[in-house]
Amino acid sequence: MVIRLFQIIKRSEITTLKKTINMLIAIFLALVTVAIFLAILGYNPLSVYASMLDGAFGSNYRIKQTIVNTIPLVITSLGILIAFKMKFWNIGAEGQILIGGFCGGYFAYNFAYWPKPILLLVMLIAGFIGGGLWGLLAGYLKTRWHASEAITTLMMNYIALKWIVYLQFGPWKDPNAFGYPTMSRFAENAIFPKLFGVHIGWIIALVLVVAVHIFMTRTKKGFEIAVIGESENTGRYAGINIKRTMLLAIFLSGALCGLSGIIQASAVNNILSSTLANGLGYTAIITTWLAHLNAPLTLVVCFLFAVLTQGGSFIQTAMGIPSSVATVLQAMILFFVLGSELFNNYKIVRKNKQQKEVK
Amino acid sequence: MDWWIGFLSAAVVAGTPLLFASLGGILSERVGNQNLGIEGMMLMGAVSGFIVAVKTSSPILAMLAAALAGLAGAFIYGVLAITFRTNQVVSGLTLTMFGTGLASFLGKPYVSMMTPQAIKSFFASRPIPILGDIPFIGPIFFKQDIFIYFGYALVIVLGFYIYKTRQGLNMRAVGQNPAAADAASINVTLYKYVHVLLGGALCGLGGAYLSLVYVPSWQENITAGLGWIAVALIIFATWNPYKAVFGSYLFGGLTILGFRLQGAGIHINQYLVDMTPYVVTILVLILVSQGHSVKNAPPKSLGLPYFREER
Repeated sequence: MVIRLFQIIKRSEITTLKKTINMLIAIFLALVTVAIFLAILGYNPLSVYASMLDGAFGSNYRIKQTIVNTIPLVITSLGILIAFKMKFWNIGAEGQILIGGFCGGYFAYNFAYWPKPILLLVMLIAGFIGGGLWGLLAGYLKTRWHASEAITTLMMNYIALKWIVYLQFGPWKDPNAFGYPTMSRFAENAIFPKLFGVHIGWIIALVLVVAVHIFMTRTKKGFEIAVIGESENTGRYAGINIKRTMLLAIFLSGALCGLSGIIQASAVNNILSSTLANGLGYTAIITTWLAHLNAPLTLVVCFLFAVLTQGGSFIQTAMGIPSSVATVLQAMILFFVLGSELFNNYKIVRKNKQQKEVK
Repeated sequence: MDWWIGFLSAAVVAGTPLLFASLGGILSERVGNQNLGIEGMMLMGAVSGFIVAVKTSSPILAMLAAALAGLAGAFIYGVLAITFRTNQVVSGLTLTMFGTGLASFLGKPYVSMMTPQAIKSFFASRPIPILGDIPFIGPIFFKQDIFIYFGYALVIVLGFYIYKTRQGLNMRAVGQNPAAADAASINVTLYKYVHVLLGGALCGLGGAYLSLVYVPSWQENITAGLGWIAVALIIFATWNPYKAVFGSYLFGGLTILGFRLQGAGIHINQYLVDMTPYVVTILVLILVSQGHSVKNAPPKSLGLPYFREER
């Protein structure tokens, strides 16, 4: 077999520059692959890409939309980053977003008469704590009973989703919606204000990028989280309280996702609904991974993904091409980047003759 | 009694896509590869099967296309997770994203189109003589369509393969301890690829059951999260194809229970009933994670890439 002639061996650390080049090559190859696919289906790939860019940057309004798309992705990615740094595979952002929206929404619906700043602050805190506790539950199952978090968080996504659907069709249904299963819109008091034309989530997102970056790279707790991720035993020898650190990290992870949920519900949708998360939690996992679990890079990658999403929905209306092209493109980029990572850690060499004879 | 027969036979129908997908997942996880791309592969299978069905009106070609589409999805995952040793969780999720996007894209022109008549009549209910006449059991299990009978056969074949053949033993060894299997001159990479790919084909068929038989028309996101229930089922079944049958029909039953109960005049909230598969899975996962029983434990190398140089 051909493959036997080659051997994959571990290589020493390569420079950041080389890593970046590898990633850019991967993204380029992904674009080429999707272009070929589009060409086969009879579209002109260049004009598709051009109009995606036009859709994302073509006007003031479109640029704002792109930024609005970036915000929840960034905040959610930051949450996932904290968990992934610890090798805790939090697939549950989707559910944590919904529960964050639910907890914040509880105050939005029931205490709309509170003064606006207080109400908004309470909503943020409720979303933060709600998402955090929802994540913490999976963390507890992991630390107490070793239940695989990838599965528990995944299951809890659906439990959260069914819960919101239940509310939407049942107790929280808007009685004035003519029987249509929807919750009522948030009161004006419960909607986050805008600054420079985009809701203030962008400030929260930027602050969080800095905060998470400092937390992960400059504080003792952040370092401990990374150590546990590398090796739990090392952490134990170093005297880290594994359980407590783990639970804290998981809480923070879920909390940021929850925060992104309530911000999205209030500022963008103005309503709580079962489509609040709508795949965001899964996309954020991909952006976090692409950003190599680095907070500032997250910002860049999320913006790129938001451009694709916004461009995708634009070509649907402009060219009649399904917006799912954007999803395919995003997945394709990750496929290639994942593949390219092999070349960061390993190199492929020809097996020399001697070794072959030994075999 | 009639209500029960009606409900249970509907549960078998609702559970069939789950059965195929969870059997596929079991094959993959038995060689140590957790593939969270099940939902994506089901969608790829569903859309390919449907398009071929519309174009050719041939049920066999449609099923073949669905299996191949699932297999192609699993191949992408396999190259990444087996050869390139990438993180399995991320690779699987990306596959789901890819499959969802691709199915939605390719299926756009076919939305709400119906499955051709030739396909429908091929998959119409065909009672099995004698077996179909057994009271209670007969109408539930043996007055179904060919696809469902195919599922029964598959369970028996896979059960025999996994527990009674040399290859099945090797495959389990690869999942438990790839280094030891390698040392025993089992071709680990080959075993991983074969089972991951076959698993993908089964997931594709599971998706096709939805678009060809169950619905039977094309809808955007036709799986509606069934792929994730299949992921849950693998654990519920403790990686055992026989238990997967029971689990599939149970979970299938749960997905239609609320609606059926309302028909019977019992009012219970469908959305809360819908939660039960997920809650039950978490409970089962906790139980099997305790490690009291070797038989029910997950394959030991599940989720870990195998790299010979790092033994």
